[in-house]
Amino acid sequence: MASFKSTKIPIYPKLGEKVTPDTLYWKNYKAPVQIKEFGAVTSIDFSSLAPHNYAVTASTRIHIYGPFSTEPVKTFTRFKDTAYSGKFRSDGQLLVAGCEDSVVRLFDVSGKVALRVFKGHTKGVHVTDFTSDCYHILTGSDDYTCRLWDIPNSTELTSYKEHTDYIRCGTTSKLNRDIFITGSYDHTLRVFDARVEKSVMTMDHSQPVESVLLYPSEGLLVSAGGRYVKVWDLLKGGQPLVSLKNHHKTVTCLSLSSNGQRLLSASLDRHVKIYNTTNYKVVHNFDYAASILSLALAPDDESIVVGMTNGVLSIKHRKSPEEKREMVGKQRMQPVYRIFVKGRNYVPKKDDFLVSKPVKSHLAKYDKQLKKFNISKALDTALESWRRNRKPEITVAVMKELDRRGTLKNALAGRDEQNLSQLLNFLIGNVVDPRFTPVLVTATEMILDIYQAVVGQSSVVDRQLVRLQELVEREVDYQQDLLEVLGMLDTLFATSLPRKECFSVFDGTSSDFENP
Amino acid sequence: MVAHAEIRVVHLGGSKINFREPVITNDSRFLLCASGESVKVYSSSSEECVHDLQGHTDLVSGIVRNPSNHLQVYSCSADGTVRLWDFTDGILIKTFIIGYPIYSIYVSENHGGVVFVVVPMANDKSSELFQLVAVHLPLSGDQEVEARELSAVLCDVSPSGAASFGRKGEYIAAVKGLQLEVFFFKNQKSHRFFLKPGNKKGAKNAFTCVSCHPKEDCIATGHEDGKIRLWRNFNQKKEYTYSTLHWHHGAVNTLQFTPEGTNLLSGGIESVLVQWHYTQENQKDFLPRLGGAITHIAVSPDGSLFCTSHSDNKITIIQSCVKVSAIIQGLVKGEGVRTDLTIDPRSKALVLNGKPGHLQFYSLHRDKLLYNLDIVQQEYIHEEGLDQFEVVKAAFDTRGDWLATVEERTQKGSELEINLKLWAYDEQTQSFMLNTTVTAPHEDQIIAMCFSPSPEITMLVTISFDGHFKAWLLADHSDTKEGASWSCDFVGGYHHLKPGCCCFSADGSLLAVGFQEVVTVWSPSWELLTTLSQPPGAIRELCFGRLSCSKYLLGTSTKNQLCCWNLLTCSLEWSTPVDVSLLQADPLSENMAAFCSQSGCSDLFVFKPGEPRPLYSQKALCTGKVQRAVFAPRDQMLESCEEHAQWLNRSQLYFLTQHMDLMTFSTKTEEDRLLASSKLLMVDDSVAVTPFYLLLGKHRQQQEALTNPMAERIQLPQGSIAIKELLYTPAHVLPSASFLCSMFVRSLLISSSSASETKVLQHTLPFKSLGSLRNVLVFHEMSCKMNRKYSQDVDKVINNDF
Repeated sequence: MASFKSTKIPIYPKLGEKVTPDTLYWKNYKAPVQIKEFGAVTSIDFSSLAPHNYAVTASTRIHIYGPFSTEPVKTFTRFKDTAYSGKFRSDGQLLVAGCEDSVVRLFDVSGKVALRVFKGHTKGVHVTDFTSDCYHILTGSDDYTCRLWDIPNSTELTSYKEHTDYIRCGTTSKLNRDIFITGSYDHTLRVFDARVEKSVMTMDHSQPVESVLLYPSEGLLVSAGGRYVKVWDLLKGGQPLVSLKNHHKTVTCLSLSSNGQRLLSASLDRHVKIYNTTNYKVVHNFDYAASILSLALAPDDESIVVGMTNGVLSIKHRKSPEEKREMVGKQRMQPVYRIFVKGRNYVPKKDDFLVSKPVKSHLAKYDKQLKKFNISKALDTALESWRRNRKPEITVAVMKELDRRGTLKNALAGRDEQNLSQLLNFLIGNVVDPRFTPVLVTATEMILDIYQAVVGQSSVVDRQLVRLQELVEREVDYQQDLLEVLGMLDTLFATSLPRKECFSVFDGTSSDFENP
Repeated sequence: MVAHAEIRVVHLGGSKINFREPVITNDSRFLLCASGESVKVYSSSSEECVHDLQGHTDLVSGIVRNPSNHLQVYSCSADGTVRLWDFTDGILIKTFIIGYPIYSIYVSENHGGVVFVVVPMANDKSSELFQLVAVHLPLSGDQEVEARELSAVLCDVSPSGAASFGRKGEYIAAVKGLQLEVFFFKNQKSHRFFLKPGNKKGAKNAFTCVSCHPKEDCIATGHEDGKIRLWRNFNQKKEYTYSTLHWHHGAVNTLQFTPEGTNLLSGGIESVLVQWHYTQENQKDFLPRLGGAITHIAVSPDGSLFCTSHSDNKITIIQSCVKVSAIIQGLVKGEGVRTDLTIDPRSKALVLNGKPGHLQFYSLHRDKLLYNLDIVQQEYIHEEGLDQFEVVKAAFDTRGDWLATVEERTQKGSELEINLKLWAYDEQTQSFMLNTTVTAPHEDQIIAMCFSPSPEITMLVTISFDGHFKAWLLADHSDTKEGASWSCDFVGGYHHLKPGCCCFSADGSLLAVGFQEVVTVWSPSWELLTTLSQPPGAIRELCFGRLSCSKYLLGTSTKNQLCCWNLLTCSLEWSTPVDVSLLQADPLSENMAAFCSQSGCSDLFVFKPGEPRPLYSQKALCTGKVQRAVFAPRDQMLESCEEHAQWLNRSQLYFLTQHMDLMTFSTKTEEDRLLASSKLLMVDDSVAVTPFYLLLGKHRQQQEALTNPMAERIQLPQGSIAIKELLYTPAHVLPSASFLCSMFVRSLLISSSSASETKVLQHTLPFKSLGSLRNVLVFHEMSCKMNRKYSQDVDKVINNDF
């Protein structure tokens, strides 16, 4: 004697992104903290020293924030014009910044007044950085030159004038004190060696370069410019490795995650994309409210700081493990341990004779009614409001089961005004859902057949019927439009494809599949 | 072509066991049922087939207990004989020749020496009318007796099971159409009762079955509309009464009173066994969801066991109407085999659709159903005229890791529902688990599907009437939690033509899809490599050659053409005008089997694509078209030296005829097979390496070492017989353990007589040892070189010698 087989509720494939370890990792941040700055935030830099303060360059100021503070810990305001590129030295003691007035200023983090002022550039300085030996400063300017300065003597060491347009980005090597890379609006990236007169390597990005980034190993170089992010192999003499085109506006900033496995790019199109550095596929995506100019990740990815054109600084902090657990605990109410276990942890002794008890299978309420052939009651149960609203697939599955048994018409018949309006409400809500349409169209036809005699007796039902009619008409129009578009696309494809004997269509979406 | 006597077409098991009512023996230990041309004896507790009573030459049409001897049964058959069997030993005792095909048999305790059989009226076999005749069985010592003493009892009865004996055998009731006829033996009179056709309110009054109360004058009849009528007072023509019971919504298929008459059992299409209490008729017990529609109910003479036959070729044994204790399941063939015959690569079982919504795995070697796999996973509603989901296609991949099934449900006036399901083999549960369900994989019916045999890729190709073929790939989502699942990889078509068949080459490097007259050949990267065409006539079947013939592609077309293309030159190699209804490739060799239908008969040709002459051919294999066929690999290879039988060495060919009979080819002659089994026994004798034997053997050896070395030879066979009896006879036919134990212990002891024997033997030792030495030598020679037949002779000689 077989047991009753319960109604199969189909599991529909979840639309949208799939849950991957990456999405879990990057979603594990709290809601962003937003701070209003005085102007567009052009640069963010984290100190490598313990509390990991960060310097935010916006308008004529540089603010230094603590890791969890919303108020600046320190402010540098001694700029005559817009400040650019506030950078910490690797020991976290000094901070350098360029300025639109062509002067480069060096600050002590604890002080207020500039320790050194480097004058020599003729136009605004957008790029500043310390070399790895901490004694020199690299600057890049709109006067097409990049220079190296000595900090103790505050003198200019070398100047390179190879770029033919503004220099807007640059970085120094962390392994070699003499090597640095600059990117310019003349579409090129140049690698300089301070011991040599000229640039040692030139790469053509073919777009104005907005940002450059060296891998920790310094074998690979990433550049961003225009809509492209390009990866270059420095060890192979600057060979292009990959070109990524995932943004639809200029990419402004690049960053690496703490373990070097993920690359982040921020763009004017208000997105931050995260790439896997092994296959350069986008694994995650953040959306922001405005165009993004700067992006920085705290060590260990503890927070993501993004600066935007509207002057808003957005800080996302990682959720701590305790908070995460708290969330889970709140969601699931578990029964008391004693009741939950109920002898389940009893270990039988050696000589015990084991008698297995048949496991009683639990049937849902509508299944119990279906088992007894109470079809109307089963449909009523399936139409209960919470089930109807939150799990329409159950209601539809029960309708399908009744249809299979050939008794759907009987179950739909004999309903009063309230019941019928409930049913019609459900149909109006779900009949155009492509997952449910085949079943619900049959049900709708049956309802119209059964109740056409009583149309006009109830205003509520009449109103709903009219709504249903409008809905169906709109859907039919919509489908017709779609077919027209499809026809247009077909002709386009047919003309663009080379004439071949066979017609084969790649199709991965037409059939929906599910995983039980 | 010469007919080869060595290769015979033989019926395979899997015949119907639900054809007639089964019989439970008096002690409830055995259950007998008619199964094709034989009667099968099953153990009611272990479900095992104990004996197969063979002797009838046509369909067995009824079994009844011999009322005068509880260890015997009568069986009747369409070959015109009634046979008396001893079912405990499986011996045919007597054969009574009636001379007319018999359709049913009835007996009564009060009519000793008489059996009542249903034979055609007017004594010609084509007649549609049947009569119940009493046959007086002559008392004679002969094995075969002609029973000529027939006397008609009732005219115009239904041929199957619609008659029943009343209280103390005083009367017999039979129903047919709208008429109930009761014949009283005392005054040799019959009363007839008629019902109106009664079409109002959906009533259908036609009788379907009848059963008489064993203790009271009451007849229960079942009707088309699900009513049960209890007739009383029927010995008067006018003042009869009946009461009506109604629960069944479909026709009542069968009715049976329990031996004491306290309960009435009824069953129908609902597959619910209903137990009505005879005195309180509004009380009833139900046993629901037994399987297919109930066709027969039998009750054991002591009333403790019920058994129900079901339309899905199943017998269920029920203990006291509450518990199903055993299920005997035969091969379910139903109205048609929708899925092809396939072989499960793991269990080597034959797989085809069985019970509604299920796939059955049937062991060909043991003639036993292994298990049913529930494909549809829906509650089956037993109701006539309901559109149910049916399993229409099934395919295995080469390793047996994946099973693909297609189920469909056609509904009047609405669209077709199709589901493609992919099942993964689970090592832990040793069964298939559902992995992916694809709803509506195609817009129209799926015609065929096949797995790619290539080991690198797990791919399924389905072709459909909607003009497309789709390739499904197993995509591994290891980065998400869901695990591997299937998704569509490619959709292809050719000039909007409807595809008809598809086939992968043996290494999976080519896919051939037949689009009406055109064969398209595709590479795994979905490039159309070439098209082959041989008009007129659409391509019906495609088959790649294997092993050394893998460069050939064979196709059959509707215009009676068998074509062979060479894929290296992309040209037609040869073609012949034969009407091939079925083309099947042997997976283990180059051979192909083609079934051709010609003038109402089927012929078989076995050939290699590269050779001009067929290896084997047989005309007039069977009447009608061969529906399905499959090559099943053998357990062990045969070493047949005859040239025309070599194609059966590696695998065996099974096929289904028009009448859904499963047939196969057997190369060995009957003696050969017997010899093989005897050889098997001999091997068992000499080896017998059971732990039990080793233990005993060691024990005895020690004893022997103490006494004398010669005793071992004499004792050994004795001991091994006892062990063999204990170990090789099925447990349920063995006598009780207490009895066995004493016997067994006795066999271990050295009896006084055997001790004296050893003394005698000691005297004749030189002669004896010489003789045995010679035997061993001869034996050795035999086993090396000679035929098995000789070895049997030698065996005899040895026996005589001892």
